[in-house]
Parts: sequence; structure tokens; C-alpha cells
Amino acid sequence: MLAALDWNAEVALGRIRELAGAPGPLLPILHSLQAEFGYVDEAAVPMIAGELNISQAEVHGVITFYHDFRREPAGRHILQICRAEACQAMGCESLVAHAENRLGIAMGQTTADHSVTLKPVYCLGNCALSPAVMLDGRPYGRVTPSAVDGLIESLLVQSGRRGQ
Amino acid sequence: MIRVYVPCDSSAVSVGADAVANAILKARPDITLVRNGSRGMFWLEPLVEVETLRGRLAYGPVAPEMVPQLIAAGMLEGKEHHLSQGPTEEIPFLKRQERLTFARCGITDPLSISDYIEHGGFRGLKRASNMAPEAIVEEVTAAGLRGRGGAGFPTGIKWKTVAGEKAAQKYIVCNADEGDSGTYADRMIMEGDPFVLIEGMIIAGMAVGADKGYIYCRSEYPHAFETLRRAIGIAREQEYLGPKFELEVRLGAGAYICGEETSLLESLEGKRGQIRPKPPLPAMEGLFGKPTVVNNVISLASVPIIMDKGGAYYRDFGMGKSRGTLTIQLAGNIRHGGLVEKAFGLTLREAIYDFGGGTQTGRPLRAVQVGGPLGAYFPESLLDTPLDYEAFAAKKGMLGHGGVVVFDDTVDLAKQARFAMEFCAIESCGKCTPCRIGSTRGVETIDKIIANEDRVKNLQVLDDLCEVMLDGSLCALGGLTPFPVLSAVQHFPDDFARR
Repeated sequence: MLAALDWNAEVALGRIRELAGAPGPLLPILHSLQAEFGYVDEAAVPMIAGELNISQAEVHGVITFYHDFRREPAGRHILQICRAEACQAMGCESLVAHAENRLGIAMGQTTADHSVTLKPVYCLGNCALSPAVMLDGRPYGRVTPSAVDGLIESLLVQSGRRGQ
Repeated sequence: MIRVYVPCDSSAVSVGADAVANAILKARPDITLVRNGSRGMFWLEPLVEVETLRGRLAYGPVAPEMVPQLIAAGMLEGKEHHLSQGPTEEIPFLKRQERLTFARCGITDPLSISDYIEHGGFRGLKRASNMAPEAIVEEVTAAGLRGRGGAGFPTGIKWKTVAGEKAAQKYIVCNADEGDSGTYADRMIMEGDPFVLIEGMIIAGMAVGADKGYIYCRSEYPHAFETLRRAIGIAREQEYLGPKFELEVRLGAGAYICGEETSLLESLEGKRGQIRPKPPLPAMEGLFGKPTVVNNVISLASVPIIMDKGGAYYRDFGMGKSRGTLTIQLAGNIRHGGLVEKAFGLTLREAIYDFGGGTQTGRPLRAVQVGGPLGAYFPESLLDTPLDYEAFAAKKGMLGHGGVVVFDDTVDLAKQARFAMEFCAIESCGKCTPCRIGSTRGVETIDKIIANEDRVKNLQVLDDLCEVMLDGSLCALGGLTPFPVLSAVQHFPDDFARR
């Protein structure tokens, strides 16, 4: 389960200041904010720029360059499906289609009730046990469509959406 | 006291190793359970090992629900069962390897520094401590170690350049952004034997006069990151790290391009991971503008054994200009997927069939991609190519980081070529035009070829486009994406003429 605290400027500033003194601190700061709030709020941009004495454009540029950083909250759970070559060789595209169908969303989207975000990933380093997925940081290998159903089902039970 | 081993490697965990460990402890709380790294025989994971008078005996693959039955059958006393694999070291997949860099991986508890020392750890560091910095560089040069990240640049020469720079601050940067599909050797070492990487980096620091190191670990590897963070803490407590050499692990943020060394440095500095034109080389102006050694995980993790046993020992493995061992990672549609550390020179066929046992689906093999998303697709007829930097280059392929991704006869190489361009478009840093624009035009052109729109003409356009990308891109992403594309067209022309 991901942290999903509401945005709090004071907490954010604390996190930023805690790391601002390190060499090249921008990525650690962004990771820290995302770990705290689940995303990097727009309001963090001027705060970071001010603390690091760089332009807001630079901060914005970094946030938007990296696939990991989100500018709005993701679902409570993140299901990453590997779409790189080793998993392609073991039919990951049918897993993708299966998950999209089951959740009624496309890759990169979040379900309407904010329970699950589907994300493509290009290699989880589990290539001897392809196809591979990761759910909230937990790895799964040799994943079948029914295993995907099982994972999704367990999430929907937690979110109270079962049977809908 | 009965000792049982269940790997903590994330690949083993992905098929239930944590549940297996819990089930064993629940049934027998009186035993000692060690969470070791993985031996790299992933089709046998979760692989449970029991220490006996006959050595360590293996059982696998063990499903969590099999545990009570296995214990009842006498697994903890080393008794036979249909999941018995016999003594671990005698399993042919493992027995036929030459494990130098991975000597300890899967044997020890990754975070036990006493295990590490007991199994030969820090011997290389000890020897290096009594040597002049030039002599350390000399030893690594003599070993013939070449960068295992993919480029194959001689490590000793890189170190010598940095050692020769006059600067108050120098850095050792470990490239742990293992983004190539089909590769997991870096991850296995970071999760299974992190101290060997730390030791290698300390030695590198001594050799070039650097007192600060960074490991840039990709965010897709949360387990490796956590293991390194803890290992660094332990090494600091034990005073292997400290004022003489300090080390920090940093997390990437999901950008493939950050595996390119100059992008990685930009990212460490807190910028967009855009590549820097070379020169200046990072060895002269690297991290924060200071002389910097940037080495791959496996390169650095190979340094301790070179320093322990000497450059000549390491150099005596291998063929031609490829010295020492290569960590081959068998991946994709493969029956016995896993890590094979072996002297350079094994053929691709031997790796796939003698070690890998052919395809997982049992269908005929049709294509193999070696070296990650920028590596060429080889047909059956090229399987006798030896795994060697030069031999692969001669066949317009690339050994890269040693990943071998196997496809069966259901693969469509036109789709794979399209994906190569698409991946380049997704991951391009945007700095140079051939890569940024070329990759998108490449996807469009391949779509037209597949749709039989002016096919002959568009195949020519694709060829020209690949030439521009190859010659005009600033780094390997745009510069090597043509390899999978052109090899697919060359070796599998039928797939481009299906409609």
C-alpha cells in the first residue's frame, strides 16, 4: 500500500531542507516527496527552486524528464507490467491486454476509484522468469493471466470493490 | 543445528521464496534459516538447500504448499524426494561454470560480513592496501578486464587516466542502471553479494586517489537498493568505509538513458539525464566536473578477485582480447533460465542448449537477441558465434552486458524491429536529432513497410534512416538502435513481407 497523505507544505519543506545540503540533491528530494505524498505537487516546484537556488524551469524539467515522477496522485496500488523483450518473448502483451480488460483502463491510466494504476515498465531484471510484473514494489515471475486476475482480485477485495 | 538456505533474491521472491521460508520456519522454528543470494538457477527457484555431511543438498522448485510434505519426507535430514536436485555444486548447470565474480553469490548471507570474510572477502583489499596505487592499476590492466556494461573499454586504461589527473576531488561512480532487457547480473550481485561491489569500489578509490563513491541504482530494483543501503551501513560500522573512502547509493528514476555514463552523471548531479558530448571524457571532467571513474557493477565486482589472485590468474580465462569471465544471462523463452559465468568463448548455441536447455515453450528457436534492446537479432544460423566482443562485432552484433533473450518461432521480427524504434523514441533524452526524431520516423516507416505501403521504397528509407542514426547520434541509444532493426530486416526478410 502506498503512502497517500494529503499535500502538506510544511512537511514538504522539511523534507526538502533535510536533503538540500547533499551534493546533487534534486533526485533524492523528488523521491522523498513522492514517497511522502505519492506524487510531486506543483506547489513543490517553487519551494525546491528556492531552497536549491535554481530556476523553477530546471525543477520542472527534471520532474518531467523521468518516468518515475508523477505530478498527480496515482492509484492506491501500482501494477507494473514489464513490456521489454525478454517478457515479450513470453507473451507479456497478452498479459497487458488481460489486465487492461479486467480493470477497464489502458496502460498508464488509473481506475476511476483510484484503486489501481497500470504502468508499463521496461525490464524488472526478472528475465529468466518472464513474464514479470511488480505490484507495489513486490515482484512476481512466470505470471499467467489467471495470476494477474488473482493479484487484481486481492486489491479489489482490499478496496471493497469486489463483484462490481 | 540444522541449517537451511532459502534465497532472498528478488527473482526467487517473485516465485514465492518468502512464503517458502516462512512455511519452513513455521513448521520447524528450531532450525537456522539463512536467506542467501541466488545461485542463478532460476527455473529451480525457490531453491531450498539443506546443509548435510554430504555438503549442501538442493530441492527445487519448492512451492510454499509443498513444504509440509517435504519436511515429512525428511528434507531437513537430506532425504530423497522427487524435488531433490542432489548436491547443489554437482548440478551440471552450476558445475560447468567458472565462477570468479559470482564465487560467493548464492552461498553466503549477503549482509553477513563475517560470511563474506570467511569466503575470501576483503583479501583483494588487503593485498591492495600494501601496494602502490600505480601497481593496483597495473594489476587490473594486466588482468585484461574490460568494461562489462557493454562498451568493453579496458578498465585499467580508464583508471590510469583518472589516476594521472591532478585534482583535489575525484570520484568512483558505479553504474548500476542495468536497463537492458534480459540482464540481471548486476541485480544478482547487489542483492546476493553486495560487499564484493563495495570492496571493488574501495580498491578503485585507492588506485586513482578518490575518496568518494556513488552507486547509481535503477529504481526498478528496490530490493537491490535496500540491500546496498544496508550493506553500506554495515561496512561503515566495521570501518571499511569512512574518512578514506565514503560511499553512497542513489536511486535512479526510470530513465533507460541514465545507463549511458554521461547521462548518469548529469542525473547524479540532479539534472535531466541528457547526455554530454565527449570529449571531455568523464575520466577528466566527470561528476561535478571532477575526474571520475565510471564502471559497471560487474567490472567493479571483478576487481577483488583480480587483486586477490593476481591479474595473470584472471587473464588466463577467456579468448583473444576478451579476457576473464563473462556473465551470460539466459532470458526470455528459455527452459533453464539463469546466470552462467564462464570464460569468454562459449558459443551462443552452447549457452542456449547445453546450459539453457532450449526454449521454455518447446517450440523451435527462431531468433536470439544478445546485448539488450540495442543488440542485433541473430537467426539460428549464427548460433555458433562465440561469446566474445570481437566475434560478435564481426557478425554485426554486440555482446553488451551479456543478456541472451531467446524467442521461439511465434516471434514476428517486423514487430520486434518496430519495438526497437519505439523504445528508442520512448527513452531518447532528446539531445540529438537523429535519435529524437529518427526513432519516431523509424516507427512510422516500419508501420508503412508492414502495411505494404511502397514497401521497396520504404525499406530503402529505413536503411538510410538507420545510417543517419548510426553515424549521427551522440550516444549509443540512437547509434545502436539500428542494430536490432537492420539485423531483423537482413536475417528475417519474410517477416517484413507478410501482407
